[in-house]
Amino acid sequence: MCLAIPARVVELIDNDTAIVDLGGVRKDVSLALLEGVAVGDYVIVHVGYALTRLDPEEAEKTLALMAEAGLMEHALAEQSA
Amino acid sequence: MKYVDEFRDGEVAKGLANAIAAEVRPDRRYNFMEFCGGHTHAISRYGVPDLLPASVRMIHGPGCPVCVLPIGRIDLAIKLALENGVILCTYADTVRVPASDGLSLMRAKARGGDIRMVYAVTDALKIARDNPDKEVVFFAIGFETTTPPTAVAIRIADSEGLKNFSVLCCHVLTPSAITNILESPEVRELGTVPLDGFIGPAHVSTIIGSRPYEFFAEEYRKPVVIAGFEPLDVMQAILMLVRQVNEGRAEVENEFTRAVTPDGNLKAQNLVSEVFELRRSFEWRGLGEVPYSALKIRERYAPYDAEARYQLEYRPVADNKACECGAILRGVKKPTDCKIFGNVCTPENPMGSCMVSSEGACAAHYTYGRHKDVERDVENADAT
Ligand code: SF4
Repeated sequence: MCLAIPARVVELIDNDTAIVDLGGVRKDVSLALLEGVAVGDYVIVHVGYALTRLDPEEAEKTLALMAEAGLMEHALAEQSA
Repeated sequence: MKYVDEFRDGEVAKGLANAIAAEVRPDRRYNFMEFCGGHTHAISRYGVPDLLPASVRMIHGPGCPVCVLPIGRIDLAIKLALENGVILCTYADTVRVPASDGLSLMRAKARGGDIRMVYAVTDALKIARDNPDKEVVFFAIGFETTTPPTAVAIRIADSEGLKNFSVLCCHVLTPSAITNILESPEVRELGTVPLDGFIGPAHVSTIIGSRPYEFFAEEYRKPVVIAGFEPLDVMQAILMLVRQVNEGRAEVENEFTRAVTPDGNLKAQNLVSEVFELRRSFEWRGLGEVPYSALKIRERYAPYDAEARYQLEYRPVADNKACECGAILRGVKKPTDCKIFGNVCTPENPMGSCMVSSEGACAAHYTYGRHKDVERDVENADAT
C-alpha cells in the first residue's frame, strides 16, 4: 500500500481537489497537503492524496547521472582493452 | 507512463550494474538494508539482486506497514466490528492479516462484521455521512505517508461536526524503527546482522524530508541514500552507497531529488502535529515495544479517537510459533528460513503478516523470487 505513482494534474476542481491523469485514467485526488498546484504539474499520488510535487528538472538530472554512470564504466573498459 | 518508464530502462540498468561491479572492492562485502516495503517490492519484482555482484547483499527492513502491525491491534479492530457493531473501514491489505482465534478482518466480515475496504480515508468519511445512524471507525495504519491524510480527515470530521466518525490510530514512525534496528543486539553486539548502510524510504521522505536521517549518519556512522521506488533509483542508490563505503563516508545523500527536499512537506507536517502527538510506547510486530515510535490523537480531538470512545485496552498477543516474520522484520532471517514458507503459508492463505501485502518480504519473494530458489537448488544438486 506504500506504492504511489506520479500523475499529471489535468484539471483543478476547487482549492483542495484536482483531477489527475493516471496512464489514461482520470482520477480525483485531494490537494489538501500541497499549496499552489497548477494544471500540468506532476504530483505523487498516494491513498487519494497528492503527497508532493515532482520536479521535472531534478528528474532529468537524475536520469543523466544514471546514464553517465553506465557510460563511465564503458569508457574505462574501452581504455583498458 | 512519464516518470515511471524512464526509470525502468533495461539498458541503463545494465550500465548501472556494470558501474557497481566495477566499484566494489574485491576484499569486502556490502550489506545494505532497504527500510521500506516499497523498495522490497521493487527489488524483488525487477530482479535487482541478480544484477548485483555477489558481495552486495540487500537485507529487507521493517518498513511494510501491514507487516509491522501486531496481532493485538487487529484484535481491537475485530472487536469493534463484531462486539460494538461499528462499520469498520480500512486499507485493503489490512483485512487479510491473521489475528487471534484464527480470525482476520476478512473472516470477521464473514461472521457478520460490517468491514469495508477503502482506497482513501475520504471514502470512510463519506460512509459516515451516508450512515448517520451507524458508528464508523477508520482503522488507520501506515507510516508518515498515510498519517497526513488521516489528520486531514479528522479535521474535516471536526469542522463538519461528523459525530459518528472516529479513528483507531496505529500510525507509526520511520526514524524510531531505524533507531530500534540500529540499537538491536543483532546489529550492535552479536554482529549477526551486518549493516553497512541504508536505502532511505521514497515517499515517507517526501513528507519528513532528508534531515531526520542525519542523526543515523552522524551518530551511528551509517550512510543513508534516499531513493525513489523504480528499479533504476534503487540501483543508483546502491552505487552511491558503495561509493560512500569505499570512501569511508557516512552521509545522507538523496537520489530522489525529484520529490524529496531536506525539509519535506511542511504543510503536511504541521497538519500531523496539530492532530497527533507521540505515544510513549507502541508494540510493533517483530520489534516489540518501541518507545516514542507511534502517534495518538491529541486531547483536542478526543471525540474522534476510537480508543477513548470505546475504552479499548490493548492486549499483546504472541505470533504464530512457526512464523518467522518477527526475525525477518529485524533483518535476522530470510523468508526461505521459514519452514512453512510457500507450502502452508502462501499469499492465498497467509499465516503471517509478511505474506499478506505485496510489500511484505515473504509475499515479494513468493511472487517474484521463488524460481531463483529452484534454479539454485538444481545447481547445487548438479554440483554435488
Ligand atoms: S512464510 Fe508465512 S509464516 Fe513464514 S515467516 Fe513468512 S509470513 Fe510468517
